[in-house]
Amino acid sequence: MRAVLRAFRRPMGAIAGGWLLAMIFVAVFAAWLTPYDYDIQALKEAYQPPSPAHWLGTDEFGRDLLTRLFHGARTSLSVSSIAIGISVLCGMVLGAAAGWFGGRFDRAVTVVVDLTWSFPEILIALILVAIIGPGTTGTMAAIGVAYLAQFTRLTRAQIMMLKGETFIEAARSLGAGNAHILFRHLLPNALAPVLVSAMLATGDAIILEATLGFFGLGAQPPTPSWGAMMSAGSALVFKAPWIILFPGLAVAITVVAINLFGDALIAELDIRARMRRAA
Amino acid sequence: MTQPLIQLRALTRRFETGGGWFTPARSMTAVRAVDLAIARGEVVGVVGESGCGKSTLARLVLRLIEPTSGQILLDGTDLTALPRAALRAARRRMAMVFQDPYSSLDPRYTVADVLAEPFVVQRRPMDKGAAEAMLADVGLPASVAASHPHQLSGGQRQRVGIARALALRPDFIVLDEPTASLDVSIQAQIIELLSGLRDRLGLTYLFISHDLGLVRYFCDRIVVMYLGAVVEVLPRPDAAPRHPYTQALMQSNLSPDPSRRRAIAPLAGEIPSPFSLPPGCAFAGRCPRASDRCRTERPALETAEHPVACFHPI
Repeated sequence: MRAVLRAFRRPMGAIAGGWLLAMIFVAVFAAWLTPYDYDIQALKEAYQPPSPAHWLGTDEFGRDLLTRLFHGARTSLSVSSIAIGISVLCGMVLGAAAGWFGGRFDRAVTVVVDLTWSFPEILIALILVAIIGPGTTGTMAAIGVAYLAQFTRLTRAQIMMLKGETFIEAARSLGAGNAHILFRHLLPNALAPVLVSAMLATGDAIILEATLGFFGLGAQPPTPSWGAMMSAGSALVFKAPWIILFPGLAVAITVVAINLFGDALIAELDIRARMRRAA
Repeated sequence: MTQPLIQLRALTRRFETGGGWFTPARSMTAVRAVDLAIARGEVVGVVGESGCGKSTLARLVLRLIEPTSGQILLDGTDLTALPRAALRAARRRMAMVFQDPYSSLDPRYTVADVLAEPFVVQRRPMDKGAAEAMLADVGLPASVAASHPHQLSGGQRQRVGIARALALRPDFIVLDEPTASLDVSIQAQIIELLSGLRDRLGLTYLFISHDLGLVRYFCDRIVVMYLGAVVEVLPRPDAAPRHPYTQALMQSNLSPDPSRRRAIAPLAGEIPSPFSLPPGCAFAGRCPRASDRCRTERPALETAEHPVACFHPI
């Protein structure tokens, strides 16, 4: 946790972290930041370019783009972070169990995980959305499963590596049981790389969520999401370029910010070597 | 004779490798039928070159590795037969100091956490100020309690490792090359510390090392191992070697005074693979005194004042 604060002291970390905090802020307070509603249509106001009244312009239904962007942040950020959170939780349990027990269980988990690892995340996500059906729940489940392999592999590799450390043997020599070793030594040491890689994966998940939204498989109208907004704007690129430009910028800058902040965190935690070994 | 604190009876550990689809199963005996009795207050050294099984022996004695066969008696109680809960209780009476002070402390723990861990796992109350007292025992200031291991020097970490081993006031401590990864000047300090602690707390040590000079300085009795088996037990640190291997080991240890150095007869030949030991004496291939009998028959460790496993002792 202190490493997060230290990451803010790096110049890149401060800029990237500042942007992310701002995004979280607008996502939480989206409803109170602008005088407009995200879903009330005002066709007379349609296709307005950016102006003092509508800072980012309006879309084809005359809705304020800034308002929709803020609400879109709510959808995009919450869907991707909840999905990654579930994925990390399941991945850690699965990976820790595989690394800890070894043997047949480990081999079974490894085979299944490596099988899904060999497909692109977008393919897994598309298949799952096709099964579950479009919408926020389907998107979350799809993203969660798509990244499960990554966290399982990382946790497993960490546990296997840490298991051989002398401090584990030292704990055993004191009379420590399995629970103590697993929960007091192995998992706390495995946590930092997994959490940082979860943060980086959230960036990818935002893109994945936007992609699914762009295909109309994500959050359903009128709920705005950055991907769905870009999809609407793509038909109007020449007539009203701001409709696709601003959500696109929001996705790009947020993902870059997540990666930069993740890099700062990795440097602060001094775990670059361990991240590389596991991936 | 009073009952020894620790008694090893025919302690043996075999490791199996391979046995998959493409690799034939092979087995090696890392520790072969070791008998050893350690009296209370004694310091017994175990020397031998890398791979001779001395570290495996250290872990077998504390049951960190399960023996293939044999017994470990602590005050007459067989540790190999103890159920889990009783073994945990028995661990209060024995401890280990590890070779590498860098990896033997959890990097996320502070020194205070490290010193509290023995009490946590044994579910014992820890007195207030116990950590400070433990640190004082090993010559560290109380201020290091809040430090993480990476903030300490190698010598300081090893002192923390010793303090952790002493936490539950054990009778018996296995020292697995506790000075091997330290600077020479620090080595002497750690040995002095261990020696002082033994006198003050009446500890019994099993001291594993590859440094014969250090072992002769520190130990009351010296066990010499070669390829998993005990080949000689020197009853006093200054006893003259009777086994040709011990003699070769001692000659390889240079005297600091060049005028007292003798010509070394370096050992010829290679160490045999532990996976395919020769039928006779494991040392026969490199031994200047070996006869035909040595190559066909394995000499047993005799039970004498100065036991040696050799048909042609010096």
